[in-house]
Amino acid sequence: MKIQIDNLRFTYPTGLEVLRGISLSIEAGEQVAIVGQNGAGKTTLVRHFNGLLQPASGSVMIGDWDTKKTSVAKLASRVGYVFQNPDEQLFSKDVATEIRFGPRNLGYSKEKIDELVTRALALTELSDKTETNPYDLSPTWRKMVALASVIAMDTPIVIFDEPTTGQDAVNVARIAHVIAELHREGKTVITITHDIDFCAENFERVIALSKGQILLDGPAREVLGQEEILAQTYVDPPQLTRLGKRLGLKETVRNQDEFLSAMRK
Amino acid sequence: MAFINLQNVTYQYPLTKTPVLQNINLQVNEGEFVAVIGPNGAGKSTLCYALAGFVPHFFKGEISGSIEVAGVESSKSTLDEWVMNVGLAFQNPFNQISGAKYTVFEEIAFGLENSGVPREEMKARVEEAMKLTDISDLADRSPYSLSGGQQQRVALTSILVMQPKLLVLDEPTSQMDPIGTREVFSVVRKMAEGGMTVVMVEHKMEWIAQFADRVIALKDGQILLEGKPNEVLTSNILAENGFGVSRYTSTAREAKKQGLWRKENLPVTLDEAVEGFVKRDE
Repeated sequence: MKIQIDNLRFTYPTGLEVLRGISLSIEAGEQVAIVGQNGAGKTTLVRHFNGLLQPASGSVMIGDWDTKKTSVAKLASRVGYVFQNPDEQLFSKDVATEIRFGPRNLGYSKEKIDELVTRALALTELSDKTETNPYDLSPTWRKMVALASVIAMDTPIVIFDEPTTGQDAVNVARIAHVIAELHREGKTVITITHDIDFCAENFERVIALSKGQILLDGPAREVLGQEEILAQTYVDPPQLTRLGKRLGLKETVRNQDEFLSAMRK
Repeated sequence: MAFINLQNVTYQYPLTKTPVLQNINLQVNEGEFVAVIGPNGAGKSTLCYALAGFVPHFFKGEISGSIEVAGVESSKSTLDEWVMNVGLAFQNPFNQISGAKYTVFEEIAFGLENSGVPREEMKARVEEAMKLTDISDLADRSPYSLSGGQQQRVALTSILVMQPKLLVLDEPTSQMDPIGTREVFSVVRKMAEGGMTVVMVEHKMEWIAQFADRVIALKDGQILLEGKPNEVLTSNILAENGFGVSRYTSTAREAKKQGLWRKENLPVTLDEAVEGFVKRDE
């Protein structure tokens, strides 16, 4: 499912223009990270993908659907969106009901719903918490419930808005595993993140936004090495990329394996 | 005498079966900047609440041991007395914003209004605090129209403006961009230099190592390790207990096995890392 965005502009009712001419396309199955300073327009941009926001001008196409002519309910079958704050998203009395809600609304058969829910629970390691009220769980596990409830909808496109915020190392690894698994299934995953090391280790393509425009867009290795340009949108290159530069390595390294093998050369 | 003095503090929330803080002993000096790290569920936020008086005054539950800040014992004080000394920035800024104010400027003035600060002084202090955290341009926006990271800066500013003796910060940079994060650490450092005592829960080891005086590693409600940032943050015990570590530390640990790290101590910051890595051909 391709995402095609042409010259997208968006202004909030207060008069603040947050997106100022965004054009980009994302092919089916891509793993894309969106980075950039607070207020750059990252969340505003992705909320156009599932129709929560409508362009002031320009267009957003999800496959052959124009988001201006498609309801949010219909778009939900193609685009799943995990909110930055799980509390904006969760409302059911127990975890199982919460996770069943999405696929049930998409009209899947009972067998398919059972299968999707079981898979989502297993992937997010929530199988032993199905009867718990989401608000009795810690924020960490509430985040996993939010992830599971969107994964269970089995949409071809999944968006995560800052999934690693406030998560410890163990849970960040869990989330990285979820993303890898969705990638293996051929889904498009778009993730907003400030965790640039997480970005470097899990995404092939990186888009840097600054003040409502695209500053950089390309393979992670190219984008994350551009220290001066990234600084314009308050982003530092990943730790090991910075270290590689300081040590005079010729190539841009993104993770431990790349760094150590460059040091052995 | 220590500015913060926790003696054998054990605390259990109402309706729960196990204590979330167990036998915590902690002394912090005036003007010290202490970072608290730990996996999710370690009791970090509860420790913040205990310092800020919410535990037990607001959350109730069972507490034993004693919590003393600035020579006053928590159990002998009330929450409205306590907040005159201690400011807490919540983990989720959305939970902190009052909902009673239309603009960021008014939101930041809210605490000062409630403590009866004269109008002119209040305006000057709000402007100064906004300058410090670099949010002057947000003054007329609605707090609810802001991005997560901007909201977090507003939440922090509305505490800084109160000039508390003890500043307690629960993951204040979790939604901030990397350079914003560094700025917050540097502002907090400046506050500590000026005599404010700071306890900050954080996951970002590189900046903790650079800015904090001391690190407390918490796990399962107990203090697992405590000491100078570099010592604690490079300890094998952390890696074995599910704590996040800086990429410099984990990579150097691996590099040491391959002969690519030449120093005894592992690095946490970029500068430390630059000094110790060696290329094979050198």
